[in-house]
Amino acid sequence: MLNKAEFRSSDAVSKLLDKIRKTQSQGWSIMEICGGQTHAFLQYGLDQLLPQDLQLIHGPGCPVCVTPLHLLQQAIDLAYQEQVIMCSFGDMLRVPAYKQSLAQAKARGANIELVYSPLEAVQVAARESSRQVVMFAIGFETTTPLYSLALQQASQRGLKNFSLLTALVRVQPALEAMLEDTDCGIDGVLAAGHVCAVTGYSSYQSVVQKFNKPIVVTGFEPVDLLLGLFQVLDCLENSQASLKNAYTRAVTMQGNPHARQAIEQYFEPCDQSWRGFGVISAGGYRLRAPWSEFDAGKRFFSESHELGSQRTELCPASAVLTGRIKPVQCPYFGKECTSDHPLGAPMVSAEGSCAAYFQAGRRRKECQ
Amino acid sequence: MCLAVPAKILNKIATDQILCEGRVDFGGGVIRTVNLSFVPEAQEGDYILVHAGVAITRLQPEDAERRRELIASITIDRGAGHAEQS
Repeated sequence: MLNKAEFRSSDAVSKLLDKIRKTQSQGWSIMEICGGQTHAFLQYGLDQLLPQDLQLIHGPGCPVCVTPLHLLQQAIDLAYQEQVIMCSFGDMLRVPAYKQSLAQAKARGANIELVYSPLEAVQVAARESSRQVVMFAIGFETTTPLYSLALQQASQRGLKNFSLLTALVRVQPALEAMLEDTDCGIDGVLAAGHVCAVTGYSSYQSVVQKFNKPIVVTGFEPVDLLLGLFQVLDCLENSQASLKNAYTRAVTMQGNPHARQAIEQYFEPCDQSWRGFGVISAGGYRLRAPWSEFDAGKRFFSESHELGSQRTELCPASAVLTGRIKPVQCPYFGKECTSDHPLGAPMVSAEGSCAAYFQAGRRRKECQ
Repeated sequence: MCLAVPAKILNKIATDQILCEGRVDFGGGVIRTVNLSFVPEAQEGDYILVHAGVAITRLQPEDAERRRELIASITIDRGAGHAEQS
């Protein structure tokens, strides 16, 4: 199963593409939710092999991109406090906040440690017992149970110097907000495979019924993506609003009960600000009251914390994140905004759609 | 962020209340210790998906054949322009 050749088989890919071309009778817009899927479509050039009037709408499934700037600024402010070590995933480091990014703050002496897993941040806390260790907790439902594990380990080890600065987001409320917005024009949805590996997908049944649009749980390899795309297309062409799973090797209807229970134990849904969307009702997670001692927001900031002057943003991230414009339609794409000098999060993140287009070498002409 | 990588469990490491870990093979000579708390049913030789150092699901071994059959049933040509049910 480690042999990826089967999921990248040119024979299966060309057969599926052929079937998609033969099945499609009219134009459709299909949204892939996850930024990892966007990158895979672009990386393998699949988007250029699809029929022209089968439009991919790149969804907001990139936690780095939707993390509101004021929370990133809080992380930077905290990192400058002498007794604090701020732990962050690498993706977040180069995102420009109001004045600078975490990486620039680190270069100026702020205490920022790059971690690969929230569990590493617990190890940092155990090692640095005289300092406060804060994990900048970003992510979707895939990552949220990992923060539960970190909290479990920290409390079992009696680490009083560990806390989370949470910017956790939930996919389904955001998906519903996008489907309600008729400007987005989404006909069908490829659901994010790894989020569903944790949450399952039974809760999408109500979304399918409410909006009368097909949803197919989809993986990340070329064959996975085209299989998901074909199944959505097949539903659309047959006027079926169905819920299907094209990523059965990793996703079950109920998801992972242990991971779901871990989320449930430590976190509860809350209204959450999404960059580019505004506040989404129940669009995030916060720590439950019994665990609020691990909340860095409460530990370090008063309600009236001043975030400093907000800079005017050039980056039209909201239009990109809601699929209203393609990255190449942004006036700054490939000019003022590049991988080396990003103006906004979608160009920084490994899952940002601007980064996907830039890394795949896409330019205006070939995408129009 | 939601990147998850498949790996094979080589051996489970003695667990206590805090840690449930295993040595896993990501292929290409990469062997790492990952947390197995969320897949307690997984055994040596099983494949898992690892996200940020933690296994989030056990991969279903019987899926490969099912997917091959599904793709075969989809891509068999029963006449241009006709969409088969999947």
